[in-house]
Amino acid sequence: MSALVVSNLSISHGAISAVKDLSFTIEKGQLAAIIGSNGAGKTTLLRALSGLIPASHGTATWQGKSLLGVKPEDLVRSGIVHVSEGKSVIPELNVKENLALGGIWRKDKKDVALATEEVLELFPRLRERLQQSADTLSGGERQMLAIGRALIARPQLLLLDEPSLGLAPLIIEQIFEAINKLRHRLDLTVLLVEQNAMSALKIADIGIIINVGSLVASGPSQELLADANLRAAYLGY
Amino acid sequence: MRKSKSLSALIFLAIGLFLLGLSNFVDELRVYQGAQIAVYVIAISSIILLTGYSGQISLGHGALMAIGGYAAVLSYTYWHVPFLIAFTIGALAAALGGFILGMAAARLSGPYLAGTTLALAVGLPSLANQFHILGGEQGLSFDIGEAPKWIANKTGGDFTQYKWFFWVSVVCALATIWFIKNLLQSRFGRTWRAVRGNPSAAALSGINIGRSKVLAFTVSSALAGLAGALLAMLLGLVAPMAFTLTLSFTIVTGAVLAGVTNLAGSIVGAVVLVVIPEFTDAVATHLGGSEKISANLPGLITSVLLILTVIFAPNGPKLHKRKKANN
Amino acid sequence: MLFLDTLLIGLSSGAIYALMALALVLVWRSTRVVNFAQAGQAILSTYLGYEVMSVTHNYWVSIPFAILGGAAIAAFVDAVIMRSLAKRSHKGSVSEIAPVIATLGLLGLIRSLTGMIWGNAYLQYTSPLSSKGYTIGSHTIPFSPLNLVIVVGALFVMGVFAAIFKFTNLGLALRAASFQPEISRLAGIRVDRIRTVGWAFAGAAGAVAGALVTPTTYLSPNSLDLLLVSGFVAAVIGGLDSLIGAVLGGLLLGVGFAFILQYIGTSVTFSAAFIILILVLFVRPRGILGSKVGRRDA
Repeated sequence: MSALVVSNLSISHGAISAVKDLSFTIEKGQLAAIIGSNGAGKTTLLRALSGLIPASHGTATWQGKSLLGVKPEDLVRSGIVHVSEGKSVIPELNVKENLALGGIWRKDKKDVALATEEVLELFPRLRERLQQSADTLSGGERQMLAIGRALIARPQLLLLDEPSLGLAPLIIEQIFEAINKLRHRLDLTVLLVEQNAMSALKIADIGIIINVGSLVASGPSQELLADANLRAAYLGY
Repeated sequence: MRKSKSLSALIFLAIGLFLLGLSNFVDELRVYQGAQIAVYVIAISSIILLTGYSGQISLGHGALMAIGGYAAVLSYTYWHVPFLIAFTIGALAAALGGFILGMAAARLSGPYLAGTTLALAVGLPSLANQFHILGGEQGLSFDIGEAPKWIANKTGGDFTQYKWFFWVSVVCALATIWFIKNLLQSRFGRTWRAVRGNPSAAALSGINIGRSKVLAFTVSSALAGLAGALLAMLLGLVAPMAFTLTLSFTIVTGAVLAGVTNLAGSIVGAVVLVVIPEFTDAVATHLGGSEKISANLPGLITSVLLILTVIFAPNGPKLHKRKKANN
Repeated sequence: MLFLDTLLIGLSSGAIYALMALALVLVWRSTRVVNFAQAGQAILSTYLGYEVMSVTHNYWVSIPFAILGGAAIAAFVDAVIMRSLAKRSHKGSVSEIAPVIATLGLLGLIRSLTGMIWGNAYLQYTSPLSSKGYTIGSHTIPFSPLNLVIVVGALFVMGVFAAIFKFTNLGLALRAASFQPEISRLAGIRVDRIRTVGWAFAGAAGAVAGALVTPTTYLSPNSLDLLLVSGFVAAVIGGLDSLIGAVLGGLLLGVGFAFILQYIGTSVTFSAAFIILILVLFVRPRGILGSKVGRRDA
C-alpha cells in the first residue's frame, strides 16, 4: 500500500476552486515533486494536507490514517511536518530559539538535543549564527533554518513548499542537495512543491504536474523530463 | 428604484405628524420615554454613520455628547440665545471636538482609536470638576421653558413640558435621519462606502482617505453633540454623572444591536435601550430584589445582549440572515 | 529634594501603570485585541482578594488568591468568549471591531455583576502597611512602606514574567505563538491553548495591579477605570507590543504625571494623559519600543 494517498481531492477558497479532483499516490521513502506555475494550487494542496485549511471533497491518507480534519499541531505530532512557503522562520526569535521550536512539544529531550546537533552538522552556517536574530539571516540561511527546525521534529513525511523561492541558483542547488541527502539518510518521504521544475525533478523519484488545480501528468520524474510536450508546456525550458 | 426626494420628504413628514399626534393619546411617562428614544436614535445614528459607513470606532461619543450638552447649556445660560440656536452651538462645539479627535483618529487603526476615544470618555467629564464655570459635580441646570403659545394653542388641551420635549426631540431625530440618509446618497456617502469596502482601491482612485475619515468623524460628532444637548434638555441639567463611560458604551451597544450598517435599525436599538431599564425595574420589583440588583440589572442585560450580538450576529440581525441564506 | 520626592511618587504609580500596560500588551501580542475588559477582570479579582481578606484578616494571604483568580478569569474569558468570537466573526463589516466590542461588553457585564454582588458603594481593601512616608533625618518623603511594596511587588512580577519568557519553553511558545501563529502551529505548538495561557498571565498581572493599588484608594465596580486608561496610554507609549516597552511606558507616564501634578497642578492630570496619548500617536506612532508593524491603516 502506498504511504500517501490523495484521491479526488478538491479544495476551494470561497467560490473559487483552487484544487479540483486531484489524485496521486506516493510510496514510503519516495521524493515526489509537485510542479506547476504560480496559482496552480500547489500551496493550497500542501496547506490542506497539513491541516491549515479544510478540503471540500475527497480524501487524503498517510499510512492509512486520514490527514483531513486534523489540526496541524496534531499532524506534527504524528510525523507530518510542513515547511511553509517563504522561509518559514520567526524573525523575532534568534536562530537557537527557532530551532528549539521544532522540538518544543517532544518529550524525549535527549533526542531533541541529538537532532539539533545533527541539523547543525548538516548546516554549519546555522551554528555560527545561533545567537543571531533570524531576521538577520540571508534567504538561504532562513531556508536552512526552516528545514532544520522541521527535522528536529523527527518527521516521517516532509511537506516542503517552494524551498527555492527567491534564492540564488547556487544556493538552490545546495538546498536541494541537502534535501536529497537527508531523505536517504533519514528514510523520509518528501512532498516537494516547486516552480523550479528542473531542479526539483532532478532529485525527485516521481513528478506530479498540476495546472489550475487539476492533474496534468504524473509519473517517474525521468519520464516527465524526457517528454517533449510536457517540457514545452509546463516545465518551462 | 430610487424614490423621488419629494415622496420621501412626504413620508418623513407623515411619520412626524403621526408621532406628534400620538403624543396626545399616551400618558406622560410614555411621552418622556418617546423623547428618550428620539435622543438615542440620534446618538445611535451618529455611531452608525461613523462605524457602519466610515469604518471607524468610537468609545468616546459620550464625551462628545457632553461637549454638546455643556456648550448648549452655557450658550443658553450666558448668551441667552434661543434654545434651538443653543442646540446648534452644542452640535458645532462637538463637531469641533470631533474634528480634532478625527484628525488623530484618521491616522489610527481600530484598537488605537478605540483606546484613545475610551480615554476621552473616561476623562473628559471629570474636567467639569476643575473649571468653576462648568458647575462641578452638581452641573448646570437647563430649562428650555414651555412650548411657544402658537404651538400650544393650535393643538389645544394642556401642552405639558414632557410633550414639548417629545416634540423637539422627535423633530430633531427625524431631521437627523433625513440628513444622514441624504448624506449617504451624496458624493460623501459614496466615498465613505468606498473607503470602508476597500481602502487601497479607494486611495488608488484618488479618494483622500484621511480627509474622508475626518469628515465622517466631524459629522458624527456634531450629531452626538446634538444628542447631548437634547439629553441635557430631558434631564434638565448637564453634569458629569449624565455623561459617564456607561453612556458611551450604551450607545455603541445600541448601534451594534441595530446592526451597524442599518440606519433604520437605530430606532430598534433606541427602543431596546429605553425598554431594558423599564423591564428590569419591573423584574426587580417583582422579585423584591435589593437596590444592588435593580441598579445593575439593566447594565447586565445590555452587556449580555452586546456580547451575544457580536458573537452570534456580528453584522446585525438582518444582515446575518441574508448571509445564512447565501450559504 | 522636591525633585526626588516627585520622582519617587511617580515610580510608585508608574509601577502600577506598568503592570496594567503589561496585561494589555500580553493580550494584544497574542490575540491582537486591546482587552478593555481587563479593568473589569482586575476588579473582580480584587473583590475576590477582598473576600479572602474578610475571612482571613490577612492582606498578604489574599494576594495569591487574587492573582490566581485573575488568571482564571482571564483564561475563562479567552477560552469561552474570545475563541468563539474568533471562529464566528472573521468576515463582515464589524469583524475588526467585534473583539473590541466584545471586551467592552465584558467590562459592562463584570461591572454589573460586581455591583449586584458587592454593591456600588466604596469598600476598603486595606494593606497593613503604613501609608506614612519614610523619614530621613528631618525630612519626611512622600514615599511610604505601602509605596515600597507596590514598587517591589510590581518589579518582582515583571522579573518573574521576564524569566518565564526568556528561559522557559512555555515562554518560547508564548512568544512564537504571538509573533507567527501559523508557523507556530506548523511547529507543533497548540496555539489556542498557549493563547489562553497568555491571557492568564495578563489576568495575573492585572490582578496584581488591582491588589496593590486598591489599598491606596477604595474598591468599587469601576474604581479601576482610570487605571485602564493609564495602562493603555503607557502601553501605547511603549509600543503596544513590547513587554519592556510597557514597563518603561508605565514608569515614564507615572513619573510624568507626578511632575505635572507637582509643578502644574491637579487640574490638568486628565488632559495631560490625553494630550500625551495624542502626542505619542502623532509623533511616534510605534511607541518607543514598538515593532515596525504600524498602527495606522492604509
